[in-house]
Amino acid sequence: MSAARVGVVTFPGTLDDQDAARAVRLVGAEAVPLWHADHDLKGVDAVFLPGGFSYGDYLRCGAISRFAPIMDELVPAARAGLPVLGTCNGFQILCEAHLLPGALTRNASLHYVCRDQRLRVEQTATPWTNAFAPGQEIVLPIKHGEGRYVADADTLAALEADDQVVIRYLGNPNGSLNDIAGIRNPAGNVVGLMPHPEHAVEELVGAPSTDGLGFFTSILKNLVDA
Amino acid sequence: MSTDTVNRAAQTPDEAMPFAELGMKPEEYTRVKEILGRRPTGAELAIYSVMWSEHCSYKSSKVHLRQFATKAPKSEALLVGMGENAGVVDIGDGWAATFKIESHNHPSYVEPHQGAATGVGGIVRDIMSMGARPIAVMDSLRFGGADAVDTRRVLPGVVEGISHYGNCLGLPNIGGEVVFDPCYIGNPLVNALCVGLLRKDQIKLATAPGPGNKVVLFGASTGPDGIGGASVLASATFEDESQAKRPAVQVGDPFMEKLLIECCLELYAADVVVGIQDLGAAGVSCATTELAAKGTGGMHVDLNLVPLRDPSLRPEEILMSESQERMMAVVRPDDIPAFMAICARWDVPATVIGEVTDTGRLVMTWDGDVIVDIPPGTAADEGPVYERPYHEPAGQAALNADTPDRLERPADLRATLLQLLASPNLASKEWVTSQYDRYVRSNTVLAQPADAGMLRISEVMAGAEPTTRGIALATDGNGRYARLDPYAGAQLALAEAYRNVAVTGARPLAVTNCLNFGSPEDPEVMWQFAEAVRGLADACRALGVPVTGGNVSFYNQTGATAIHPTPVVGVLGVIEDVARRVPTGFTAEGLRVVLLGDTHDEVGGSEWAHVAHRHLGGLPPRADLEAERALAAVLVEAARRGLLEGSHDLSDGGLAVALAESCLARGVGAAVTLSGEPFVDLFSESAARALVAVRPEAYDEFASLCGRHDVPCYGLGLTGGASLVVEGVFEVPVEELRETHSAALPALFG
Repeated sequence: MSAARVGVVTFPGTLDDQDAARAVRLVGAEAVPLWHADHDLKGVDAVFLPGGFSYGDYLRCGAISRFAPIMDELVPAARAGLPVLGTCNGFQILCEAHLLPGALTRNASLHYVCRDQRLRVEQTATPWTNAFAPGQEIVLPIKHGEGRYVADADTLAALEADDQVVIRYLGNPNGSLNDIAGIRNPAGNVVGLMPHPEHAVEELVGAPSTDGLGFFTSILKNLVDA
Repeated sequence: MSTDTVNRAAQTPDEAMPFAELGMKPEEYTRVKEILGRRPTGAELAIYSVMWSEHCSYKSSKVHLRQFATKAPKSEALLVGMGENAGVVDIGDGWAATFKIESHNHPSYVEPHQGAATGVGGIVRDIMSMGARPIAVMDSLRFGGADAVDTRRVLPGVVEGISHYGNCLGLPNIGGEVVFDPCYIGNPLVNALCVGLLRKDQIKLATAPGPGNKVVLFGASTGPDGIGGASVLASATFEDESQAKRPAVQVGDPFMEKLLIECCLELYAADVVVGIQDLGAAGVSCATTELAAKGTGGMHVDLNLVPLRDPSLRPEEILMSESQERMMAVVRPDDIPAFMAICARWDVPATVIGEVTDTGRLVMTWDGDVIVDIPPGTAADEGPVYERPYHEPAGQAALNADTPDRLERPADLRATLLQLLASPNLASKEWVTSQYDRYVRSNTVLAQPADAGMLRISEVMAGAEPTTRGIALATDGNGRYARLDPYAGAQLALAEAYRNVAVTGARPLAVTNCLNFGSPEDPEVMWQFAEAVRGLADACRALGVPVTGGNVSFYNQTGATAIHPTPVVGVLGVIEDVARRVPTGFTAEGLRVVLLGDTHDEVGGSEWAHVAHRHLGGLPPRADLEAERALAAVLVEAARRGLLEGSHDLSDGGLAVALAESCLARGVGAAVTLSGEPFVDLFSESAARALVAVRPEAYDEFASLCGRHDVPCYGLGLTGGASLVVEGVFEVPVEELRETHSAALPALFG
């Protein structure tokens, strides 16, 4: 059986692409580099949109990346069911591309914040979180200046009613509504979160936690079982 | 305005030139005329004025800095020493590390956000130009009193500038310092360090060999920002018109710098770069003269080809602009298409602006006329050298005589500990460091508040052979110690950084330094500088760690008041197996708490004297370099053998603060017993000491290791419980330590 192939997209200004690729390899999957300017998903089984400051986050986080050629391929594929995980800037891009509802705005503190954040996994019925137990408390790093999740009241109500909140902050670091740290689309294949699972996969480096591995073992299991 | 050409200059020998406005002294201007055999053109004057500025030429410091070479210890690790963009050190298994610290003090006072941001950008480009991938940054920061009004303007701006630029670049910020003292109120210090990694055989140098090779300017376009920054801003004392100097501060674009990093690494991998230089202080002037001076000796540049952000710029302004995110490369003609293709892939504009020649002259044209025709070495390497007069400051003897013996010592040592932990210099710096990304690239093994930052290196570059090695870095400096005794103060700064590297288990290898002082034209300041350099050079020899490069920042004074002399020293170390790193503090219950090194009654310049009495007098602790060397040898060997569960160096605030911080690391308490006078045991700042946590069953082996190296070793007690207990003296719950320690900076800065 060939290894599960997870694409990792690099936009100009993407920073966590090497980290994401390493985490993909750590669980035994193949990391496939995808380039923003290509109209080519290279036949991958899933896509990881990593964090960073794509296009310098000028204009608005993710606002320019949304128009990159690779997104012309990614958006229809995601709508057709391709598993996609966006973290941090990747989450912002997914919102800008309307694959996920709502928006990420400036932290309530008005400061960038990097810290090891306690979180609760609310939703395990996604290809990215099925290795966790419902309600499991985990620690992942967050590092962002614009991570405050906002949406209108109807959208928020719908997210809660449809169990689309995937992960919540325990001790809200940025003023996100309903303590939301991550959400999924109604189909469940597209997940966006502000925390960084790719920085919590090894004892030696990164956050003092390996809880991020669950996201990568989840997608691997999902692809292998499929 | 017509262009001032070389022909015109020859025909109008007596035309007055604005050399004084550009910061040049009359005798310096006379020398330029002697070199050229005529008056310089406006463009030539622009080049000489910035290249001969204090900032670029080190004219006041050179005669002293030579000691770093003449007294340098023998080191097989040194691959590239002083004089290049950054030093390069062999760290084993075919890998090399390059690192350097540089000041951006003056711009950060005028415009804190951009000043600090472009400080990070500049040092990162220095590292890139050695052929390396930048892998981490650190910042050594000094501000006025924490409660001063202007500190609330400067500190948040500086932190935000570093945070925004460094985070956006994708470089982890793994350590540094934040220090407050009223002496920095008008002259904050922003010293930025960057470390990069490369394969030993891939070192790039700033040189332009090979006539016919093309000179390529790539990166951002050139604008009017930062014109004269080096000559006007960094080489003069602040008076009251600093607002008028705002245009001399550059504006940074970290996104462009990130593209430049990735673009340069692809260019290096494709082997299409013969020589490379970043554009920092003095912009195109510096890059062209230095590249030409170190290469075949000549270069022809058409300044009309420089891409401009502001088309109205004059050639003099183009030469002096310090627009950020620009690099200059020398490329073989056949490689130009490949070079341009890589730049295009990264959306980095690149333009051929000239060619290497063998004429021995740097020639520049504008609208077809020759406006510069100089021997490049005269601007790059043969600037003025001053033997500035110096003498001991008038009040130095009285300052040293005013010892802390007259200070009342506290009865309530518990209250003293809490007072120190809540003081801005010792309080938790999380308010600052939580604004920096310490995780990006996933190689961070240790980061603040650890004693040193540590990175693994095997995963830095795809395709490189694996290694177990890691590098550690620390920066330290103590302006109060240096004020009391600049010779000892510089040695103590080195000793502390060296110790901070060793406590993590890494072997100290090499040194970078940033020497922050007042005006060199003041003989008392110059004495401080001369003493500090002498002390540092002697200490580097004693500890066997060479200086690889660094930076001098003079004129850190407002009016007649200079800052404390502040040599900041960075030490880089290597650990053979990064998995053996020693974390900071008490990591588990039931460990033996062991104090290494002897404690003397030394509170001159201490944090206690500063906080409790606002006193600065007497002498700093004695710098015992033999003891430092032995201590480091024990720490490195013990880490290699896996004997240490945790460690922490003793410095500001002494044993009391080291114990408290060790408890705070993981929330593990400890109970210890003192053997001497409690105040001295707890708050003396004697050097060459460290605290370690050892498994009881490993203690005998560890103690005998200490014995072999003649390092005094005292078992103080055990880790465990929810309090820090000093038997018979005090008990403080760890939670109370935490609240006290973490509340101070948020209370000041929101």
